[in-house]
Amino acid sequence: MSGIPHDHYEPKSNAEKWLHSRLPIVGLLYDTLMIPTPKNLNWMWIWGIVLVFCLVMQIVTGIILVMHYTPHVDLAFASVEHIMRNVNGGWAIRYIHQNGASLFFIAVYLHIFRGLYYGSYKAPREVTWIVGMLIYLLMMGTAFMGYVLPWGQMSFWGATVITGLFGAIPFVGEAIQTWLLGGPAVDNATLNRFLSLHYLLPFVILGLVIVHVWAFHTTGNNNPTGVDVRRASKKEAEADTLPFWPYFVIKDLFALAVVLVAFFAIVGFMPNYLGHPDNYIEANPMVTPAHIVPEWYFLPFYAILRAFDGEVWVVIAADFLTGGIVDAKFFGVLAMFGAIIVMALVPWLDTSSVRSGRYRPMFKPWFWVFVVNFFVLMWAGAMPAEGIYPYIALIGSAYWFAYFLVILPLLGVLEKPTTPPSTIEEDFNAHYGNASVGTGPASAKIPAE
Amino acid sequence: MASIQLAPFGGSLTRETLSVSHAEDQSSTRRDFLYYATGGVGAVVTGAAVWPLVNQMNPSADVQAASTMRVDVSGVQEGTQLTVLFLGKPVFIRRRTQDEIEAARAVDMNDLVDTDSRNPNIAAGSDAHDENRSLTTPEGENTGEWLVMQGVCTHLGCVPLGDGAGEFGGWFCPCHGSHYDTAGRIRKGPAPQNLHIPNASFVDDTTILLG
Repeated sequence: MSGIPHDHYEPKSNAEKWLHSRLPIVGLLYDTLMIPTPKNLNWMWIWGIVLVFCLVMQIVTGIILVMHYTPHVDLAFASVEHIMRNVNGGWAIRYIHQNGASLFFIAVYLHIFRGLYYGSYKAPREVTWIVGMLIYLLMMGTAFMGYVLPWGQMSFWGATVITGLFGAIPFVGEAIQTWLLGGPAVDNATLNRFLSLHYLLPFVILGLVIVHVWAFHTTGNNNPTGVDVRRASKKEAEADTLPFWPYFVIKDLFALAVVLVAFFAIVGFMPNYLGHPDNYIEANPMVTPAHIVPEWYFLPFYAILRAFDGEVWVVIAADFLTGGIVDAKFFGVLAMFGAIIVMALVPWLDTSSVRSGRYRPMFKPWFWVFVVNFFVLMWAGAMPAEGIYPYIALIGSAYWFAYFLVILPLLGVLEKPTTPPSTIEEDFNAHYGNASVGTGPASAKIPAE
Repeated sequence: MASIQLAPFGGSLTRETLSVSHAEDQSSTRRDFLYYATGGVGAVVTGAAVWPLVNQMNPSADVQAASTMRVDVSGVQEGTQLTVLFLGKPVFIRRRTQDEIEAARAVDMNDLVDTDSRNPNIAAGSDAHDENRSLTTPEGENTGEWLVMQGVCTHLGCVPLGDGAGEFGGWFCPCHGSHYDTAGRIRKGPAPQNLHIPNASFVDDTTILLG
């Protein structure tokens, strides 16, 4: 599959041959599971498996929750309490599902930052990256609609604010907003369609995950050096790689176990820590919560949305140049979606010939500022939109766009990268010792990176 | 028709003749016509089939039927406010005191942030004088006694607090601190517009029709 020379599935028994000549499904699974994987992958390469686990966990717990949930404005809130109090083990299943969304986003952010640091998005893996960004967008849509279903105050008002974003689109915005809501305001029609889509989209994500895996199995995995696996011969390829099963499966499962210890500690001891207490008040269209905040994983983009108010010069300029069509509200919406679009376009914005950030001395500080900036935006998004906070959010938003649109394109020209190792085998031996010639325990030879 | 040369129809339907692009094959005008006509009809039929699947998400008949509402205001005393849920959003119906009316009418237009009446019941573009904000009484007089407004802050859609809240004795939005005066006009804070007024009128002495 990957173009890396390796042993393929050979049906042995007559039954295997019979099936293989009619449907080569065992061969497909075998080749997928035995894919040659760069043997120098570090611990940042575990999040893909964590994400697959999250998707399966959310689908399974979600299907169970729907068995007990009632999507009606009069009953939804009560049915969630019914799950919490009456359904056997319902509280655990709901808390796992609720916190599972947070684990999903922690993992996806680490997975994305891994890709950004090691240049996993660069040729020939652009399609993998684009598909990944589509999955991320669908995850956000799914999580948002899921948060509406318990029909608490934050559910209702969050839905009002977010669907209101579509109302900011010039000319057709109001019609689109009404169409999305199924009425003039968030109501029963909205709740019903959100449940329908919240149930559907995870399966679309599942399909895209298969495409995502297919894409990077075609190109082969990236690795911390960004150096390609040698493909001239099977011998060379085997010096650079190990089969995914059992080596990486076991490693990933160990990492998953560690992650799940932390996850279940949160589910068990502080299940509502990441939620908002106002969502335990039933939705009331007559009373607004004093401070509407989205879930933590949306906060950086919420900060970008709010950063561009009518007093920012680019907003004033846009308003003037478009004759008032792009007003402050619409500009904020464009900025929020634009923040994700520029990230999706990074394969073409990063001009550096070196893939991995490990060999890019100037790239490193800018990248870490980008990571810190992400958390600053997250914090600013949680704060009320007054005082100093909008300015912090504005600076953070500016850096977000500058990173993708100015810094990455320029670094490729200005920077003088260091030399990556010539092969993955060389990198592996430098880190873990050359096990093949028996130079003693690997730990004795690990140099500082 | 017979004079048109149609080589592909002449019994030599080989792979080569079929693979020629229709756009490049200038001689096959009838084939071109059928090609584009079929494509065009296919696109229209597909669109017609998809439209109901899209349109089902628009407001249903019962939701549309709820677009007017009669409110009995006989129990609303002077100086109090009735809040009703209309089209999913609160509507404030306030029976103002004489002091409130006088305070609102004394305001100079230059002190207002938004000078549009935001009132669809009167001529578009009318200014935000208090007379242009209040509802005409059942007797057809504009005494200023009745003020009917959408209870939706024009900043980010929160529901403002009433009963003389805020620095101008009208309404105050707790979300981001917008102050509205006794005519529901924005006076201070981030909101850009006066509280909007819904379509409203008295149908008899004690009933207001919304929508």
